[in-house]
Amino acid sequence: MTTKFTKDHEWIRVEGDVATVGITTHAAEQLGDVVFVELPDVGKSFDQGADMAVVESVKAASDVYAPISGEVVEANGSIVDAPESVNEAPEGDAWFVKLKLANAGELDGLMDEAAYKDHVANG
Amino acid sequence: MSDDLKILSLDALHRDLGGKMVPFAGYSMPVQFPAGVKEEHLWTRSKAGLFDVSHMGQAVLSVGGGSHEDVSALIEELVPGEIKKLGKGKIRYSLLMAEDGGVLDDLMITRFPADQDREGSLFLVVNAAVKDQDYAYIAEKLAGRATLEVLDRSLLALQGPKAVDVIAAMDPEAATMPFMSMRRVTLEGMDVSLSRCGYTGEDGFEISVANEDADKLARLLLAHDDVAPIGLGARDSLRLEAGLCLYGHDMTPATSPVEANLIFALGKRRRSEGGFLGADRVLSELAEGTKTLRVGIKPQGRAPAREGVEVKTADGTKIGQVTSGGFGPTVEGPVAMGYVDVAYADEGTEVHLDIRGKLQPATIVTLPFTEPRYYRGPKK
Repeated sequence: MTTKFTKDHEWIRVEGDVATVGITTHAAEQLGDVVFVELPDVGKSFDQGADMAVVESVKAASDVYAPISGEVVEANGSIVDAPESVNEAPEGDAWFVKLKLANAGELDGLMDEAAYKDHVANG
Repeated sequence: MSDDLKILSLDALHRDLGGKMVPFAGYSMPVQFPAGVKEEHLWTRSKAGLFDVSHMGQAVLSVGGGSHEDVSALIEELVPGEIKKLGKGKIRYSLLMAEDGGVLDDLMITRFPADQDREGSLFLVVNAAVKDQDYAYIAEKLAGRATLEVLDRSLLALQGPKAVDVIAAMDPEAATMPFMSMRRVTLEGMDVSLSRCGYTGEDGFEISVANEDADKLARLLLAHDDVAPIGLGARDSLRLEAGLCLYGHDMTPATSPVEANLIFALGKRRRSEGGFLGADRVLSELAEGTKTLRVGIKPQGRAPAREGVEVKTADGTKIGQVTSGGFGPTVEGPVAMGYVDVAYADEGTEVHLDIRGKLQPATIVTLPFTEPRYYRGPKK
């Protein structure tokens, strides 16, 4: 099971045909204190790169994009109830949604951890 | 990054403290420190936060050889506040008026204290973003009758319930200064103007200090266990909870003082006499009311409503707009202010906020969101 990353600071972890998606530690640090999360309903489908969720910190609102195309099969309601958990465990328990992959080929276009680290350092 | 940003006297200190520097009103300023906006906000409400507000404009308006009556009569042409009766060492919040009754800025006007040779002068503190145009406007309107001297000084604000203890340790008399008063004092050898006022809704002080002393004074204050540095982010959430306007957002040249719900800033005598720029509009609005009013808006859900969000009825008709909004750490939820049609401006009115295309319920509330804790003087 590998984790992939987008240039917009989402991470994606694939098991079978389901991908768990969240925002990276770097993104959470940049946002600051997260105070609000809006997640899509289960059953909704997104194209790769579409606005999928919203995360707001004390400072500003940011869109979270679908890192790959797919249908939402689970949304993490616990981060809606406790937005601060996004700062505490952005790459762990504070995942956003699980997507059923529509096109596994899209994964090839995403960054691996080394490439993402380089993107953060030089981006 | 623009390299023509102006640099504050405390720039090195902000960087030493890990401040995240951003461009603001032409200055490089700390938006937050490592503690983060929320913690800085809560710290200020429970202890004492140190803010560098040196970007703000400080100036002295004088009538050479004149009296307070002379200089106050002149400034009263431009502001609707009661300045003639302002006592020595007292501060008044007022508004710089355009000829058409719009607000060009909000400002603090201080009559120098009795122990100072500044009779016939007023100390003005204006907003950073508009200070140059304010100076030009005041100089033009009062040309040949008064002089405006722009001061190149730093301004520190120490805000929060512990601020008084920190200042009184250096200057015991500060403990009994009432809210909206100023004294000229020596703090650890530094000659400063100490004003009991602020922009957070908390008790606290603003200290006008020479640029060459600013770093020393700030480090002295920060050495106190109860004092932490606070950035622009928390400054904004603190003033928003306190219901205080941010000029350029909650008030613009298109807004009148009556629309902005700042009637408290209009002196009683001035309301009947007029005699200030824009008085025609202001007096007729006082008599007949306005179409829109600035109000507090409390979203019922968790989604923050930020500047620009439209206020609507349940059927989607636009009735107003949010001018400032975000998350209030003390309120532990979203808070906003904005302008709505007067028909919807009463406390308790249910309205809707169009947040990303979804109508979210909200309630019109009386500002502030957090009770002010100003010090009004010794208990009798």
